[in-house]
Amino acid sequence: MTDISTPASPLISTPPISTPLRGLLNGEPSVVTAGVGLLADALRAQAAQVTEVDWRPPMAGTEADLAAVVGDPRREAANAEAVSRLMSAGAELVDVRPAHECLGIEKGTFFHAGPPMDWEQASGPMRGALIGAMLYEGLAKTPEQAETALASGDGITLDPCHHHRTVGPMAGVVSPSMWMFELKDPVHGGTAFCSLNEGLGKVLRYGAYSPEVIDRLNWMERVLGPLLQQAVRAHGPLDIKAIIAQMLQMGDEGHNRNRAGSLMIMRDLLPSLITVDAPSSDIAEVVRFAGANEHFFLNLGMPASKLATDAARDIPGSTMVVAMARNGTDFGIQTSGTGDQWFTGPADTPVGLFLGNYGPEDANPDIGDSAIMETAGIGGFAMAAAPAIVRFVGGDVPLALRTTRTMYEITLGEHPVFQVPILEFRGTPTGIDVTRVVRTGILPQINTGMAGVIAGTGQVGAGLVNPPERCFPAALAALANAVPDPH
Amino acid sequence: MTDLVEVRRGAYYDSVSLMQVSKAVRDAPGISAALVAMATDLNIDLLAGMGFTVAEAVGPNDMLVAFRGEDQAAIEAGTSALDAALAGLKAAGASAGGFGEAPPPRTLGTAAARAGANLALISVPGVNAFVEAMDAITSGVSVVLFSDNVSVEQEIALKDAAAASDVLVMGPDCGTAVVAGVALGFANLVRAGSVGLVAASGTGAQQVMCLLDIAGVGMSHCLGVGGRDLSSAVGGRSTRQALAALAADPSTESIIVVSKPPAAEVLAAIQSYASTLGKPVHWAILGAGRPDLTAAVEAALPTSADDIPVWPQWISESQIEASIDTKAKRSNGFLRGLFCGGTLADEAMIIASERLGPIRSNIPLSPELALGPDLNSDSHAVIDFGDDRLTRGRPHPMIDPSLRLERIAVEGDDPTCAVLLLDLVLGFGSHPDPAEELAAAIAAARRAAASDGRELPVVVSLIGVENDPQGLTSCAKTLQASGASVFVSNARATHHALSLLASASA
Repeated sequence: MTDISTPASPLISTPPISTPLRGLLNGEPSVVTAGVGLLADALRAQAAQVTEVDWRPPMAGTEADLAAVVGDPRREAANAEAVSRLMSAGAELVDVRPAHECLGIEKGTFFHAGPPMDWEQASGPMRGALIGAMLYEGLAKTPEQAETALASGDGITLDPCHHHRTVGPMAGVVSPSMWMFELKDPVHGGTAFCSLNEGLGKVLRYGAYSPEVIDRLNWMERVLGPLLQQAVRAHGPLDIKAIIAQMLQMGDEGHNRNRAGSLMIMRDLLPSLITVDAPSSDIAEVVRFAGANEHFFLNLGMPASKLATDAARDIPGSTMVVAMARNGTDFGIQTSGTGDQWFTGPADTPVGLFLGNYGPEDANPDIGDSAIMETAGIGGFAMAAAPAIVRFVGGDVPLALRTTRTMYEITLGEHPVFQVPILEFRGTPTGIDVTRVVRTGILPQINTGMAGVIAGTGQVGAGLVNPPERCFPAALAALANAVPDPH
Repeated sequence: MTDLVEVRRGAYYDSVSLMQVSKAVRDAPGISAALVAMATDLNIDLLAGMGFTVAEAVGPNDMLVAFRGEDQAAIEAGTSALDAALAGLKAAGASAGGFGEAPPPRTLGTAAARAGANLALISVPGVNAFVEAMDAITSGVSVVLFSDNVSVEQEIALKDAAAASDVLVMGPDCGTAVVAGVALGFANLVRAGSVGLVAASGTGAQQVMCLLDIAGVGMSHCLGVGGRDLSSAVGGRSTRQALAALAADPSTESIIVVSKPPAAEVLAAIQSYASTLGKPVHWAILGAGRPDLTAAVEAALPTSADDIPVWPQWISESQIEASIDTKAKRSNGFLRGLFCGGTLADEAMIIASERLGPIRSNIPLSPELALGPDLNSDSHAVIDFGDDRLTRGRPHPMIDPSLRLERIAVEGDDPTCAVLLLDLVLGFGSHPDPAEELAAAIAAARRAAASDGRELPVVVSLIGVENDPQGLTSCAKTLQASGASVFVSNARATHHALSLLASASA
């Protein structure tokens, strides 16, 4: 019988001798090649270790800007700092409050998803949501009245959520009476807000404004918001980042699939919720409402991601994307090194599957701030964690894995907390680098819902979408412009 | 119009799968509306919105099937589409073939990280090369930058970044490197040994490593540094790093620095630095009044002067006749050198101009000797077909010789061409069978000259070793059979070509 308790002789490790060029000459090199295939063939003919890059030219016309930005001596450290801040940011749910109270938003002002726009540019679902918000705030009696007022612009202010530490799914319309989740980042001190999720189907965020939509908003204001506020205050800060880490190991990717996350937040809140000062019928209705809504957690994941990306803003020289957002007409991105400037292009229409009898002609172009999930390294970037999602594009499980693996080509880091079990718990690809998007032509993969193109329709499907290519060369040009003259 | 509404109790599929099934049914011929979904409140509402009614009580664990067809045939088509789609869902699971391959890496940085690589070989177009090289450097990987058309400013930026992260940039326009026996780019299969090369020249390095091998001396590494490294602007940035690395390398006992004509002050500074390294450093530096590469190798050989090897040569019979015949049979006219290797062209011009005076070139020894863009000349001329301007958008002539082969034909028809001096570089990276094509072009040019009543002598510098895939001796014999004389020493080849010129011996 072998005595397995005998300790192995201790490994004697000699400290590595400090050799120049990181030991390049110490043994046969391991070579990566980019370019002429013949040269890689010649290495293989020598039985050398060789890895061939599937190299392709960058996006057209970007060569000079790429060289300028890649040559910026600040870039490497700036990006390391940006992605480190993004990944280290915490996210705690600390309160639930009305928007007028926590954001100081006044009647007549509406925040919306995506980059700036006016009523003229607004798409069907965005117009529908704004009409609904006018009705809800009592600023109009009929949809027609609301539309006239919005079109005239008198007393109306439209402003992106992103300009107010806020994110909103789909149309993302925020008005003063809506209740907001308030999250804090205990690491970097940031605050972010998001409205409460209304559920699926005919809802304001998809541009629906029928009486049932307004009734639900009123109930959320009267019952859901105040009860959640009491519960959260009684519980104390809830660690949302920890829930995101767990949901990725339970089949969610945090954007199109939030089932596990929604269950876990209710599990955490329930003990406090059942003891709040409210009729038990109201408590039951709140639990039923949240439980019936698979996307209840999305409105917590989004501000958690906003906290992370906001923590990485305004680092000179950083080429990392800190916002991707769509207003239903335009898709916009922002980078850490270019402040609040938006780089926009016409939003694409998602490709996917449709509810009921809807088809591609019913779908509005891409809309919502929810691409903040991908900006923070989850959603489409974590698709390998949620293989069920691939059926949205008629794909297969390998597509989910390939998508996540491909996103590593355009990201700066691998998330230490958000992990993908099927990839041996590899961290999700995190921190989109504009230079790598431009170099590879690989566009960020976003999982998303689809809104009906006509105001008032609601959700028509879900699927996959990419940002328009042009956002990235435009951002790169601004980054190149911001590179200090070496002289 | 016919409606079909069915409840399938106890059948469960996830909502996303059922969206696919709905789509399959909707696409069946004659179907105008379809919904296959679990009977959640949302889906019951959707169904009502589509104009269907469900007669019985249903719950979220029941599956609803509803579709509308233009006639009974359409309903049947819908039903079979439904069955096929549901069967497909089951089959997909049964035949799942694993998770697929990881996509190939798309940037040097990700490739290097994935492979744990320590060396990158970059041959992308010059306009893209800086970005890829910087990616490698910031990933902690040394670079062989094969690409040309990289600006001096970018070269300096790359080399400064490389020094800061303790990696080496070999290049740009670095054709040749050998690291621990692995040949990168153009290199010859020379024996392993203890001489390390630092080379600001690709074909110069190949000449030196081949002559060493033929002399029985092996090489430890050949670190290319790019042809401009010893210029005033670049200041020997990579040469210093390469020298330091070879000085610390236990397998290297002596070092040879090979360079195209350098900036004098840079060379002086490098020589002074080299004297501090504690290993013998020899210099194979091209320039007027300096030893040629062959002489530099002879001086560096670890043997006495008496043991200098006889460098192999294969003299064409016609040229043996010429050399013993009268001056009258020597050709009147000009030397025409057509090279693939820039350093070999430089060396030939330096040697030849001592006897012939000015030589026109696309890489002239002094600017006033530059050839026009058509590269035509009515005097002595040497053309480097590997020059940046002739390789934009096309492979290097060591891979694709067509441009030079065309020019050989032109020289055959030119009565002012008295001697044709060529190079041919063997080894990894080069054309797999270059001697056949070159021999055919030589024979054709000589026939064209002969038909015009002229004898066109052709001399070839053949840079290679026996172990090269193309084989030194067999290539030499093929060329010799075409009427050329062949030398392993470029300097000897040049001297021989000069001996065939009437004006040279005058």
